[in-house]
Amino acid sequence: MSDLIRRDPRVEWIARNRLHPLHAAMQTQQTSWMGPNGLMRKNTHAIAAGFMGPNGIKRIDRSGAQQGTAAGGRRSAAAEVQLPLHQVVDPAFYIAVVPDMVGGRLGAHDKDLLGLAHSLAGKDGAVLAIVFGEHKESAFDTAGVDRLLVIEGDAYKGYAPEQLVQGLRAVDNQFAPRHWLLPDSRAGGGELGRRLAAAMGERPATRVWQVKDEECIGRAGAGQQDLHRPLARLILASSECADPVSDTRHEALPVELSAPVARSLSRIEDLGSVAVDPAAIAMAEAEFIVSGGNGIKDWDLYHKATAALGATEGASRVAVDDGHMPRNRQVGATGTWVTARVYMAVGISGAIQHLQGIGACDKVIAVNMDPGCDMIKRADLSIIGDSTAILQALIEAVENFRSGGQRDAA
Amino acid sequence: MSTKVISLVSIGAHPSSGRTRRAEQDARAVELGLQLAGEHLQVVHAGDHREEALRAYLGMGLDHLDVLEQPAGADVLGVLGDYLRDAGAQLVLTGSQAETGEGSGMLPFLLAEQLGWPLIVGLAEVESIDNGTAQVLQALPRGQRRRLKVRLPLLATVDNAAPTPRQSAFGPARRGVLAAQDVAVVDDELLADAQLQPARPRPKRLKVIKAKSGADRMKAATAKASGGGGKVMKDVTAQEGADAIVKLLVEEGVLR
Repeated sequence: MSDLIRRDPRVEWIARNRLHPLHAAMQTQQTSWMGPNGLMRKNTHAIAAGFMGPNGIKRIDRSGAQQGTAAGGRRSAAAEVQLPLHQVVDPAFYIAVVPDMVGGRLGAHDKDLLGLAHSLAGKDGAVLAIVFGEHKESAFDTAGVDRLLVIEGDAYKGYAPEQLVQGLRAVDNQFAPRHWLLPDSRAGGGELGRRLAAAMGERPATRVWQVKDEECIGRAGAGQQDLHRPLARLILASSECADPVSDTRHEALPVELSAPVARSLSRIEDLGSVAVDPAAIAMAEAEFIVSGGNGIKDWDLYHKATAALGATEGASRVAVDDGHMPRNRQVGATGTWVTARVYMAVGISGAIQHLQGIGACDKVIAVNMDPGCDMIKRADLSIIGDSTAILQALIEAVENFRSGGQRDAA
Repeated sequence: MSTKVISLVSIGAHPSSGRTRRAEQDARAVELGLQLAGEHLQVVHAGDHREEALRAYLGMGLDHLDVLEQPAGADVLGVLGDYLRDAGAQLVLTGSQAETGEGSGMLPFLLAEQLGWPLIVGLAEVESIDNGTAQVLQALPRGQRRRLKVRLPLLATVDNAAPTPRQSAFGPARRGVLAAQDVAVVDDELLADAQLQPARPRPKRLKVIKAKSGADRMKAATAKASGGGGKVMKDVTAQEGADAIVKLLVEEGVLR
């Protein structure tokens, strides 16, 4: 609903027309007025008559604030607050950030890194984010990206670390960033940063967890010691190295490389990913989990569905207690805290302990009979229906997808 | 297999007591090397040959271990590079990062850059080596694997996805020879302007709620975890529901 207060000409016309049958109802009742002797008079009957509230309950408002609102539309809640725009028109220098973009989106680690970059850039510098290939992120502006460089090309597809380093070196030549920031993560940033450091001949500061007063502190060795050193040009920062940007909105202006990147002769050929037995992957680090709960009647079908989807199996506590699943598959506060990117809960209503266990999950799909359960409030996609029928249909849909004949989406 | 395999090892430190030991990931590199080359595996350490913890590697079934004599705090990059080039190695295995000192994990990257060899991170398994190329499995986060084909000579780091190292036996550890070699020493200038300190516990991140009004703060404090505005499909056939799920799974790239 829009916030505009709209006039209703018909209601106004009825209020003017004394002969209209609805005239009396449209009159705003005067509840208090100054009497002839200067005394304030009140019509208590009119006040006590009250009005119908939004839930159909009669309300009496003695403050008088509610009077006369029948004709006007109700104003909805205040609109979302627009954060102030942080603009860097002519950047004095750049802070280059290469986010991991796991799944095509900025992760928590990436956002921390952008927060660190924003603090290093200050007022004059611009944060330059470099993204390879396609992405699904739409919130670069609130994450603190002033300039966005998307490098596309077939050469960057798959595992091509040498080509990525070529791309970053081209960025280095064109923008000459004051600092390079990469996440020191296993998802690729740690490797890419070290390759870049070796190629540029820079000595990076690794596993940095604090940057303060031109000094950075990083873990050293096996985590028993801290290494305090002057701020390096290339920083590989661990997660929670700084607070993510939350107070400002940024431009995220697209920029481009002026010259095409030289194609590096790849000595590493990517033959694609290998099918891994999903049951062998530890629950805590599985990427895609399908959990079953009390709503599952046919457990054989459930196992068939997880095998078809190639998902790691999980379970709610009820399913484990009833003996349908082993204890080490339990998800939740008393089981495993999972970090899956996609979590599908079939027949799980979502006890708070279970919801705690999936707190770190990115996308949650719920299949449930009860449209009011907590899991559906948490889920990004919920299907209300019988789990057996949906699992059956899911197996067919996946087989269809695998055989290439993708059914047109309903 | 006639491929020459070399494993680079370092001295580790126990995570709680700090006592010297064989480094966890380097031991995995030795294990992988033993599985590939058997007794022909060559193991190299750059450091002090009197260090007792080195014998733990010998106890894994090695006759001898080459030690390039280096004082503490020296830059071992140059001597290791020269050694590997002269040894004619085809496959060099290292751990991902050292357990003592800076532990930046840069050594394999710098060695690869210096030698001009390809580098693979997180080697899990070597499937085959023939005709000057190796077909290997690389460990990815979340237990995934990727198959790569790489030209030899190759430098590879191993992490915790590599095979678990065998136990070190006491007898072979005593009998093995630590063969010291005298090489040039280059000082590392890092510690001139940086200092190592006992690790400080990292501050726990506080959940800061930026709310304008008391009602907002109350809402934030009492809110249940919720995605907020998820898509709910009611009164649909199982078919349509399954299609919607598959569509999301494909979008997220988890359905392969």
